[in-house]
Amino acid sequence: MPFIPNTDAERKEMLRAVGVKKIDDLFADVPQANRFPRLDLPEPASEPEVMAEMRYLAEANSQAQASACFLGAGAYHHFIPAAVDHILQRGEFYTAYTPYQPEVSQGTLQSIFEFQTLIAALTGMEVANASHYDGATAAAEAAILALQQSRGRHRVVMSPVLHPHYRQTVHTYLQGAGVNFTGDETPENYAAFQTRSRVKYLAKCVDESTALVIVQYPSFIGEIEDLTPLAEIAHTAGALLAVVANPIALGLLKSPGEMGADIVLGEGQPLGIPLSYGGPYLGFFATRQSLLHKMSGRIAGETVDAQGRRGYVLTLAAREQHIKRERASSNICTNQALMALAASVYLSLMGNFGLRRVSELCYHHASYAAERLARIPGFQIVSRYPFFHEFVLRCPKSVSEINRHLLDQHEIIGGYDLGQDYPFLANHMLLAFTEMNSRDQIDALFDALSEEAL
Amino acid sequence: MTEPLVYELSSPGRIGVALPELDVDPATLPPSLLREDLPLPELSESDVVRHFLRLSQMNFAVDKGFYPLGSCTMKYNPKVNEDAARLPGFAFVHPFQDPETAQGCLALMHQLQVWLCEISGMAAVSLQPSAGAQGELTGVLIIRAYHRARGESDRRRMLIPNSAHGTNPASVAMAGMEAVEVPSDRRGNVDLEALHTLCDGTVAGLMLTNPNTLGLFEENILDVAEAVHSCGGLLYGDGANLNALLGVVRPGDLGFDLMHFNLHKTFSTPHGGGGPGSGPVGVSEKLADFLPAPVVKILEEGGEEEPPLFGLATPDKSIGRMRAFHGNFGILVRAYVYIRMLGAVGLRRVSENAVLNANYLWSLLKDTYTIPYARNCMHEFVAEGRFADAPGIGATDIAKRLIDYGMHPPTVMFPLIVHDALMIEPTETESKQMLDAFADAMKKIAAEARTNPEILHEAPHDAPVGRLDEVRAAKQPVLTRRS
Repeated sequence: MPFIPNTDAERKEMLRAVGVKKIDDLFADVPQANRFPRLDLPEPASEPEVMAEMRYLAEANSQAQASACFLGAGAYHHFIPAAVDHILQRGEFYTAYTPYQPEVSQGTLQSIFEFQTLIAALTGMEVANASHYDGATAAAEAAILALQQSRGRHRVVMSPVLHPHYRQTVHTYLQGAGVNFTGDETPENYAAFQTRSRVKYLAKCVDESTALVIVQYPSFIGEIEDLTPLAEIAHTAGALLAVVANPIALGLLKSPGEMGADIVLGEGQPLGIPLSYGGPYLGFFATRQSLLHKMSGRIAGETVDAQGRRGYVLTLAAREQHIKRERASSNICTNQALMALAASVYLSLMGNFGLRRVSELCYHHASYAAERLARIPGFQIVSRYPFFHEFVLRCPKSVSEINRHLLDQHEIIGGYDLGQDYPFLANHMLLAFTEMNSRDQIDALFDALSEEAL
Repeated sequence: MTEPLVYELSSPGRIGVALPELDVDPATLPPSLLREDLPLPELSESDVVRHFLRLSQMNFAVDKGFYPLGSCTMKYNPKVNEDAARLPGFAFVHPFQDPETAQGCLALMHQLQVWLCEISGMAAVSLQPSAGAQGELTGVLIIRAYHRARGESDRRRMLIPNSAHGTNPASVAMAGMEAVEVPSDRRGNVDLEALHTLCDGTVAGLMLTNPNTLGLFEENILDVAEAVHSCGGLLYGDGANLNALLGVVRPGDLGFDLMHFNLHKTFSTPHGGGGPGSGPVGVSEKLADFLPAPVVKILEEGGEEEPPLFGLATPDKSIGRMRAFHGNFGILVRAYVYIRMLGAVGLRRVSENAVLNANYLWSLLKDTYTIPYARNCMHEFVAEGRFADAPGIGATDIAKRLIDYGMHPPTVMFPLIVHDALMIEPTETESKQMLDAFADAMKKIAAEARTNPEILHEAPHDAPVGRLDEVRAAKQPVLTRRS
């Protein structure tokens, strides 16, 4: 057994020390009738056999490195500098656990502190935590925070162009909490969708029972609007505003903090984390100093040791489940430390110049694509200007048919089928453009879609 | 040894990455929506690599040495897991690709669901939960939905032994239910008499960690299950300590109705400095319809040459979605590789050796440290970190001194029912020699506690920093770099 060092001789010696005859005797407390069941599992395999099997499974998938990928909708194919994964593969980082013993965990703790600083800078907020599981659960935690903070308010307003998975996750988390939701009912038709996807409509949903408004920036369909008026209306009504932000967009766009957001959260996957079929990803979460003690999740803080040397510890644990148990602000007891590290390395490599460049490439690639694709007869861009790196394309036939054509004939992974979430948006595709989609790739998409023209 | 913050290494104008030039005509930017200031650090690639490498060197880790952190199962993380998860055919698959173009991912997930059912005796599994705590919340929401579907929405009380992890009551509170503590008896089991008194028509279920956090197998498990079931409640298994039970007993056979798995403990996926983990939930037949969406299903059976067609499905009465997308797929790949390499024989060998290692260590330490609940342990045991003749020495002092001996301390001050608890879980991936060395260190520390208590109070001496002022950190929080 490669991962079990004890030899038979050593086992015998150890059993003698314990005072039992055989290993089975150690399991006397387990009901005899149920002890040592026969498990129907495959025979053990060698390392080369297993890797061959894994390659076989992996090669059965299409993937964004082998094809041009125009799929986004909450997970994006971005360039990941080689240094990111080399750092992640340091055994000192990835085989450590939560930094319970700070003296031997300064690497993890300082990297969390740096992550908090980078996220606060990017979002324009005062404090950030060590991360949540993903963007959707971070949104659910924002709702819990707001409901606890408001003491008695029971309404959460969600935009219908907040990512459908985020809205569903918020509903799941709050199913026992007696919350009313407004704003995210599926609009009955296209005209209603057009109206309700605007910030102006959301503002009308806010009333004196509203604890929180959640809006996405850019929206699920890529549109960008100034959120300042919404923040003002929410605050006048005594509600908080949470903004689900795309971190790459924040390289170019005004930060939600600047527009008056109380909580800024989102999916950190674009910051150096591979698509990996949906996870592991990274939920980032930033807020105002005044809401710090209501924020859930791990937090690293700066302090000093006995000799006055700077060091870092997990802090404000009085909010957490291992102290407060059922009175804790959340049950979360970890973060996505390794993914947060990836984001910190990524942002450090990118810096001011690099993140802005990536953000600009996304914006201009999407604009270029929109301008080209709009010329194909039967296709129409329906997202309103300005959009960041995604837009909605109305197609002359079903999205699944078009995607099959793109993949089978052109090695292109097409867009997201919006009809899955919005029935009146059948034949509408959400396309995403990043720095990975060169002009050549976009021209190839134009040519391929032209074959489907009316 | 301190390392500057990444911002302190910044030099304006320095560039750390080579990016493509703009290859299309620039479009008009919306001027009112642009940010003026982007306060990110500016470093070269070598600056960044050296900075984070130096940070890594300030960490202790399983790859460096013994890490007997109780209830966390810090076993060795096989390198092949990492290679498999990084195959481009896994790492670059988009979660919204047409399932027909992701059949390799779905086949892997389906197989893992089947294996976890086989190992646990559950009927169905969802791989969606991101961590153990999220698995618990999923389980509690399933229990809630089950009772409501039967018109018993007044079952709001969840029984939880006083030895349980804090996440159990916190998960219950998040689901809008009430946590009720159950005392333990003198042998470390659930107090059966107290349990019978608590079991009534308001009980939704009992959350049980077995082996419990004392490392003890619940001796009356069948009676406990019977008590909970006979009042209409469900028995939830917290899988934190499953490493003791692989091929030894299946929770489903003991009467557990649902449970979560910690792939980052039992199934060797790395802890990552605190995540990402993965906390799949398994349920019995009657709860399968309540699982979170999506689960992987076979849509069309395969033939002799044809593999089956896999797809994502939402169970009929699903509690909903616990997060975006399908789960921590990269972690699932690692767990799959582990199970595949070990097979049934290997998994049983894992638990046998985990339990043997813990009992061996217990036998080496039992004359030096007080070990309450003295009976054969499973994969871990809890000692008292204090001595009658060394007042002023506590579990924390012993833990910090262990760092000087080059080992990671056990979990300290938990479970709460043991005074100055030292919770020690060696795992099966440690050798007898390592356990002997650890026992030697523990005995030396016990001697030092009497002869030279100051050396314990001032420990650690050789770590990158000494004991840190946690009170100051909490009272005057500095959570981002002060600029």
